[in-house]
Amino acid sequence: MEKNSKNYFTLFKSTFFLSAFTFGGGYVIVPMMKKKFVDKFGWLEEEEMLNIAAIAQSSPGAMAVNASILVGWRLLGLSGALVAILGTILPPFIILSIISLFYAAFRDNAVVSAVLKGMMAGVCAVIFDVVITMGGKIIKTRKWLPILIMVGAFIVYYVLRVNIIYIIVFCATLGALVSLYDKHAGKEHI
Amino acid sequence: MIYLQLFWSFLQIGLFSFGGGMAAMPLIQNQVVDIHGWLTLAEFTDLITISEMTPGPIAINSATFVGTQIAGFGGALVSTLGSILPSCIIVLSLAWLYSKYQELVVIKGILAGLRPTVVALILSAGLSILVLAFWGSAGFTWNLASLDFIAVALFAGWLFLLRKFDLNPIVVILGSGLIGGTCYLLF
Repeated sequence: MEKNSKNYFTLFKSTFFLSAFTFGGGYVIVPMMKKKFVDKFGWLEEEEMLNIAAIAQSSPGAMAVNASILVGWRLLGLSGALVAILGTILPPFIILSIISLFYAAFRDNAVVSAVLKGMMAGVCAVIFDVVITMGGKIIKTRKWLPILIMVGAFIVYYVLRVNIIYIIVFCATLGALVSLYDKHAGKEHI
Repeated sequence: MIYLQLFWSFLQIGLFSFGGGMAAMPLIQNQVVDIHGWLTLAEFTDLITISEMTPGPIAINSATFVGTQIAGFGGALVSTLGSILPSCIIVLSLAWLYSKYQELVVIKGILAGLRPTVVALILSAGLSILVLAFWGSAGFTWNLASLDFIAVALFAGWLFLLRKFDLNPIVVILGSGLIGGTCYLLF
């Protein structure tokens, strides 16, 4: 794609509006990106978008940021990646900066704190809903190793209070080693 | 100094949060509440509440919010930069690896090992918020008198509705704030 100011601006505008109107995290943003960059502009092939989604999902960090880095890079190189990052992080950055200023001023207001307290129970319900859905998928695989990892990681973190980063590094290493063994032995533990 | 601390904390959050969505939440809680005490658990819960209702990833929202609270605009800037820097490097390296080797057994294995781990970590973070919602900052006790029955009823009701009707989280949080807020002000 030609590196002119019009294309940079379109990339910025697209990522900015995608980010500003996407509620519900990374899984929602990929289909919306596909609609914009594949169907509307024809800048990417559908298969490229699928690859981008797969890589964005495999990397640590926010999926929306990961996906926009890859789209920007693919379209306009390093400067494109930077423009896409800027477009993606500006909306939450602006919104949360403003909320942060108001939060300090309003937190102790009786009505605001009662509403926030009421919301706390709702947020708990949302978190447990996510846990039940994700945990249910793990249990449904009927593989003993993932289930053991889930139960083990919970005990080690919540009860024994082991450093969270050690747990993540250990489970990532375990997953890598088991998958290599599985491939070698033709098994499916994980 | 505080800028460096914010940058380093959010760099770790960006580097170790796999799986999107709420995967970053336990790491943020660990850094921001447990290790540095930048927010109380109640403030952190407000932050998650706000993040669920506004667009944008939890990690970016948190970096901006915590950064602003602790060190103003500059704090928000360094925290946000810290949280996206690992993504920039890793996502481009992975793209390069994918273009060379179509199938990456090791990365698939890493993600398979992390999937159940992330569930356990989100559950842990959720439990600590649940204890705060039910018993307040004093923590869990068997004494029924200190149990917040409004919170228990709201939690059970919304969880039931979420499982049954697949409601939008924003609706749940707003509804819970409206009903719960009214109850707390009245009783």
